[in-house]
Amino acid sequence: MEQQSNITLPKGSIEKTTTTLNIGPTHPATHGVFQNIMEVDGERVVSTEQTVGYIHRAFEKLAERRPLYQITPITDRLNYCSSPINNMGWHITCERFLKIDLPKRVDYLRVIIMELSRISDHLICNSIVGVDTGAYTGFLYVMQYRELIYEIYEEVCGSRLTTNIGRIGGFERNFTNTAFTKLEKFLNEYPGVLREFEKLFTRNRIFMERTQGTGGISAARAMNYGFTGPNLRAAGVDYDVRVQQPYSSYQDFDFKVPVGTTGDNYDRFLVRNAEMWESISIIKQAYQKIQEFKGADAEIYHADVPEYYLPKKEDVYTKMEALIWHFKIIMGEIDLPKGQIYSAVEGGNGELGFYLVSDGGRTPFRLHFRRPCFIYYQAFEELIKGGMLSDAVVTLSSLNLIAGELDA
Amino acid sequence: MRPVRFNLNPKEAEIADAISMGKAPDGVPGDGFFATQLSSVVGLARKNSLWPLPFATSCCGIEFMATMASHYDLSRFGSERVGFSPRQCDLLMVMGTIAKKMAPVLRQVYLQMAEPRWVIAVGACASSGGIFDTYSVLQGIDQVIPVDVYVPGCPPRPEAIIDGFMKIQDLVGQESIRRRNSEKYRDLLNSYGIQ
Amino acid sequence: MALTNAYIQEKLVEKFNDQVFQFSTDSGILSFESAAENNLKVLQFLYEEASLGFTFLTDLCGVNYPDNKGAELVVVYHLHNFIENIRIRFSIGVPVAKPDVFTATKLFESANWMERETYDFFGVNFIGHPNLKRILNVDEMDYFPLRKEFPLEDQTRIDKDDEMFGRG
Repeated sequence: MEQQSNITLPKGSIEKTTTTLNIGPTHPATHGVFQNIMEVDGERVVSTEQTVGYIHRAFEKLAERRPLYQITPITDRLNYCSSPINNMGWHITCERFLKIDLPKRVDYLRVIIMELSRISDHLICNSIVGVDTGAYTGFLYVMQYRELIYEIYEEVCGSRLTTNIGRIGGFERNFTNTAFTKLEKFLNEYPGVLREFEKLFTRNRIFMERTQGTGGISAARAMNYGFTGPNLRAAGVDYDVRVQQPYSSYQDFDFKVPVGTTGDNYDRFLVRNAEMWESISIIKQAYQKIQEFKGADAEIYHADVPEYYLPKKEDVYTKMEALIWHFKIIMGEIDLPKGQIYSAVEGGNGELGFYLVSDGGRTPFRLHFRRPCFIYYQAFEELIKGGMLSDAVVTLSSLNLIAGELDA
Repeated sequence: MRPVRFNLNPKEAEIADAISMGKAPDGVPGDGFFATQLSSVVGLARKNSLWPLPFATSCCGIEFMATMASHYDLSRFGSERVGFSPRQCDLLMVMGTIAKKMAPVLRQVYLQMAEPRWVIAVGACASSGGIFDTYSVLQGIDQVIPVDVYVPGCPPRPEAIIDGFMKIQDLVGQESIRRRNSEKYRDLLNSYGIQ
Repeated sequence: MALTNAYIQEKLVEKFNDQVFQFSTDSGILSFESAAENNLKVLQFLYEEASLGFTFLTDLCGVNYPDNKGAELVVVYHLHNFIENIRIRFSIGVPVAKPDVFTATKLFESANWMERETYDFFGVNFIGHPNLKRILNVDEMDYFPLRKEFPLEDQTRIDKDDEMFGRG
């Protein structure tokens, strides 16, 4: 391996040259496939060069071939730890583009699903930070509750991980009573578990000493690097797409946005932890609002948009109009309006944006995903420069890099 | 609603005194000895302590994490110790999409493994490229390395991954001692360009 | 005083006269175009002007319009002003024969990899970029895959049966 040029050893170093270390695509420290070729002076990191693209699946080119509802399964595989948020983000982009208004009940159901997936994403990130500092138990405790979240997804859409949940205009079926029973069980049991998980880490001397002061970044640099999401909030900037540009009736909910100060690993852990508490509160509020819908209102689960939402099977077999719409939608013969739109949602890692350009055809002319992980991974070198190698490993996992979102 | 039946012919577990005995290989039992083929004993030992190398690239990797966690525990089957070093592992579990950029890395990891080694392709992307019929995705890892078991699904449920793992255990338990030195195996490796 | 699209448009026309054109408001976001040579001047103006303050680069991507002769490759910048909560979209077109664009990495660090991705997918050459090489595709690839003339599938496959896919 060629040594990177222009690497100067820091003052006071006792080495003659730096050592090149490859934290390669398959490595237990990289949770996903990306490569860091580091130059280290003893234990201190002097510089690093990141290589991504080991799981490039050409989503953007693939999306030019598919009608809108067929793009949802692709968006699943972006940030696969919280696929419902990606799905909902895509549906919200389509609805804004096609100027579809949604009934409130659909919005509240979407909020419940999105906040559940945010909890699921932050749980993985925080427990893996624990695993990387040596504490495997926290991971096993909370995976049990991720199984409960998976059961709720399964009840609604049939699938655990890559959910393809919801449709343009709403959901494919109404939430059953079993789904609400499982949600209640989750809301009863999970806060106790989160409290226990918190107690394991937040005031734990070993964890605090390993994560405080490492991998920090200032707010101005973070903004220049394009950080969004919990990483930016840990650096001190309170930018949250749910508050700035509310979608799916988030303005009806009352929640706080936790903000850190130094942007180091400890702040990121605490911000994600606090966000999970806020998510629990949002889900409780949404559930309460849903229970207030009575009678016929409680049966609404989609908007009335025949060009994009498949009609009921009973109608397809009996009514002519429904049959024609069914045919047109499935054969992909609905023309999109011309225009372009950029719409963003708050994903688990930050602002997940969709830039859709349409020229009036049946499939998008160009679809670009603004992927938060891809943008903030560039800052990795600045975060670990001068630090120890073991801190670099913890920083890598606390940034919550998901390979699917990195490469698209 | 029509009730759904899954396991139509369930096998009753034989549990006596809170102990369930596994099935012994074919052989001649006696008073204080048990005569059987060497390959059965070696197979029995190997299959109940396979050390997997989780080559998790994408979404299937998260389902693998769920399989290793306490709900669907894979360590019941003897694979408590997952290793990330190919020199120490028996079973290469490829989970997730392998892009063309990643294929040489996968091949190098496979070449570093010592015989006997098995490969399980978990998920649609590893088996055949999955939904990604694009210029950058390898259409199935069997283009570069020989595969023993394919587990379909996108992503496969943890039960499916365990089912694939149990099929690998069957293969391991019944493998002949001479297989790795045979002509047929050497021809198989040569067809992949591996000497 | 809250920032409005009309005010931004006014300030831009005032500073650049007719070098900024094609103003439109698609779904609430003001979009405009400019010639490729002016991209850094416009970005710097939007960043430094006190009343505008677009200090966050949300997104940088490319689009290929094969029918627009002379401007087939378009680079689109999405900027965001956090304090006033306004987004803006700015696009520049370059011909495919000489796709040179000045790099925005001095102004925004986040443009580094986004420009590499645009180069990888479309072949837009960013002048002054510290490390312009392919990022997502294999280094040895010799074409730019997201241009409309290239197909999605891998053409070197021999195992796919075209008869079954209706293409035989």
